[in-house]
Amino acid sequence: MALLQISEPGQSAAPHQHRLAVGIDLGTTNSLVATVRSGTATVLPDAQGRPLLPSIVRYGKDRIEVGYPAQARQSEDPKNTIVSVKRFMGRGVKDVDHLQNAPYDFVDAPGMLQIRTVAGVMSPVEVSAEILKVLRERAEASLGGSLSGAVITVPAYFDDAQRQATKDAGKLAGLNVLRLLNEPTAAAIAYGLDNASEGMFAVYDLGGGTFDLSILRLSKGVFEVVATSGDSMLGGDDFDQRVFCWIVEEAKLAPLAPRDMRLLLVKAREAKEYLTVHEQANITAKLSSGELVDVTLDTQTFCRITQTLVQKTLVPVRKALRDAGFTVNQIDGVVMVGGATRMPQIQRAVADFFKRDPLNNLDPDKVVALGAAMQANVLAGNKPQGEDWLLLDVIPLSLGLETMGGLVEKIIPRNTTIPAGRAQEFTTYKDGQTGMSFHVVQGERELVADCRSLARFELKGIPPMAAGAARIRVTFQVDADGLLSVNARENTTGAEASVNVKPSYGLADADIERMLRDSFSHAKEDVHARALTEARVDAQRLLDATQSALAVDAALLNDQERSAIDAAVAALQAALAGTDHRAMKQGSDALNRATEDFAARRMDQGIRRALAGKKIGSL
Amino acid sequence: MSKTSAAAGKALTSSGNHFELFGLQPAFALDVEALERAYREIQSQVHPDRFAHAGDAERRASLQWTTRVNEAYRALRNPVQRASHFLSLHGVDVAFETNTAMPEAFLMQQMELRESLEDAVATKNLAALASLQSKLEADQRALEKQIAAAIDQKQDYPRAAGLVRELQFLDKLEAEIDSAYETIE
Repeated sequence: MALLQISEPGQSAAPHQHRLAVGIDLGTTNSLVATVRSGTATVLPDAQGRPLLPSIVRYGKDRIEVGYPAQARQSEDPKNTIVSVKRFMGRGVKDVDHLQNAPYDFVDAPGMLQIRTVAGVMSPVEVSAEILKVLRERAEASLGGSLSGAVITVPAYFDDAQRQATKDAGKLAGLNVLRLLNEPTAAAIAYGLDNASEGMFAVYDLGGGTFDLSILRLSKGVFEVVATSGDSMLGGDDFDQRVFCWIVEEAKLAPLAPRDMRLLLVKAREAKEYLTVHEQANITAKLSSGELVDVTLDTQTFCRITQTLVQKTLVPVRKALRDAGFTVNQIDGVVMVGGATRMPQIQRAVADFFKRDPLNNLDPDKVVALGAAMQANVLAGNKPQGEDWLLLDVIPLSLGLETMGGLVEKIIPRNTTIPAGRAQEFTTYKDGQTGMSFHVVQGERELVADCRSLARFELKGIPPMAAGAARIRVTFQVDADGLLSVNARENTTGAEASVNVKPSYGLADADIERMLRDSFSHAKEDVHARALTEARVDAQRLLDATQSALAVDAALLNDQERSAIDAAVAALQAALAGTDHRAMKQGSDALNRATEDFAARRMDQGIRRALAGKKIGSL
Repeated sequence: MSKTSAAAGKALTSSGNHFELFGLQPAFALDVEALERAYREIQSQVHPDRFAHAGDAERRASLQWTTRVNEAYRALRNPVQRASHFLSLHGVDVAFETNTAMPEAFLMQQMELRESLEDAVATKNLAALASLQSKLEADQRALEKQIAAAIDQKQDYPRAAGLVRELQFLDKLEAEIDSAYETIE
């Protein structure tokens, strides 16, 4: 594949060591961790050689089980065994379908629901962090060192709340989250690089609990997402639900105890998987009442009871095509991702819709983790010069503000390439109005009530003026993870208010710190030692980056600027020799401030070089 | 309602000229390939993926630049925004909000198109929607040709501004057709 040559601004002048970086597919049903070793992406199995980690966490009074051991006991301890926790990430009680069918003791908390277990009330972020911790430990044991960073994948259609919750879970698990990467994009990387593909591709990603459809253009080492669509509440789990309901009806069962519910859901899922390669599945179970369930499900019935679900996936497919401005005929290939795409009725529906056979040559369970590992390898700076690629992704849902009358003013429309930023001016509607409250929402509907509320914040200190005279500039900034921050500023006085769209539904930094402390005291790890290690790694990384920048571009600085940077470098080096993590943090902050203008100039220079058509390799 | 590109931090040496940013001659006619090439070259220099392990200062500069480059690229790809930007560089304000005067024939035509749209939605007629869409596309391309002539050949900027307002009208209808598809489905 012809690749763009890309410079490496942050690269050390010295040949640097290989950084340990992993890609994590944090799935609804199963999770995986993968890494790039000797140039090849591979999934890291557990000590028993099993690649998948069932995304199941069981809370006992004094121990936590994750994966297969938790799975084995889910029917006997359903209330404390959390499955498919991804469905609850960044979600309130009213947001989740089939909540009544989940055998948990839910606690309605502001923004995100929580689950009461014998070990206490847990947020979905904490449950996910347990899964991530196991994967981190697996990777560290397998790679023989601590991880430099991780890329965690999220459904492309995840909104800001769900993304923020995922990033928080990563932090809580002690991971340096290099990037949140959209699952279909990760699959496209794995697929595109594997096949040296070029053209327009649709990625049909039906996971355990989420559905994504992304349309990407692959050309000359650039992966460009043109449109993305989906349904973050539709997945393989829903097929299990349909089978479950069918069993209850077919066997004429009375309302079930949580334990029986869990048992039948497991049986439903087994039947679904069995029907992928068989004509009929026998479902037998013994309920806690002693009642025996014995029914047979054939493929025809299975297709009939799940037909509306299959059709439901095609709605986002059509929407994405429209957004991209393409017809079915212009798509060069359809990539299938997610275990649920193994169902023959899905394969047929997709083939019929796109008028071509979908591509299945990579394991749909592993392809996302493999792509994430490849991207983690790039972000860690391990890729060889010239074998790099550029990833241009989009936000899945429009971001806006509530205006008068409960209407939404869209500030950043869906499918805008990220990072993205947009500013818009608003004004007061009453004479002498000195405050303004902002309500940030995400979604496509015109009414605030139909969109997802992300955050509310206030700007105070607007000087009293006639209605319509004040100028309040509101800036939306979406970063490369797809996460939003919002800032409001009154232009005549400079009064300012801003919000990382986070504390209203997610976890404040203080919460994360507390949870980290709790979990470390649990695991008898030393908080101080951890903080020291992190500060040291950060400081060293910054020193390396600064020194390699100076080695290349010292000419951009005058003597005074240079000596200010040198002084900050020396101060940080001195702090690094000690054991005070706060001093290291302060030293890093100081060096960051000292190099701000330098960084900006280097960036300008990079752009001039790019426009001059020169590759940095030849400079 | 004034929309401007955000996060143009103090480090930006380039002015607000999107054409200059990509090394293009300001014009309405667009060399799409040259724009894409420049966009990718610049992104390969400034994108946050290049700075995942850099210090905060570089990551911040990268975020600001990428945001600006994405915004400028998006604006140039969109005919209404490209024309408005060109005209504003020449001191002509397209004034979408305040100047709503339109030729009568154009308004009549727009009303008819909107009526057809309402009919198509009311009767859930996807075929009617599709034919409306292709008619609209033809109108948009025709208007773009006129804008190109007014700007690039005749340098008649006031006339161009009027045409751009008409094109924006059509773009709004296009968005309404898109949401009509979603309503029908």
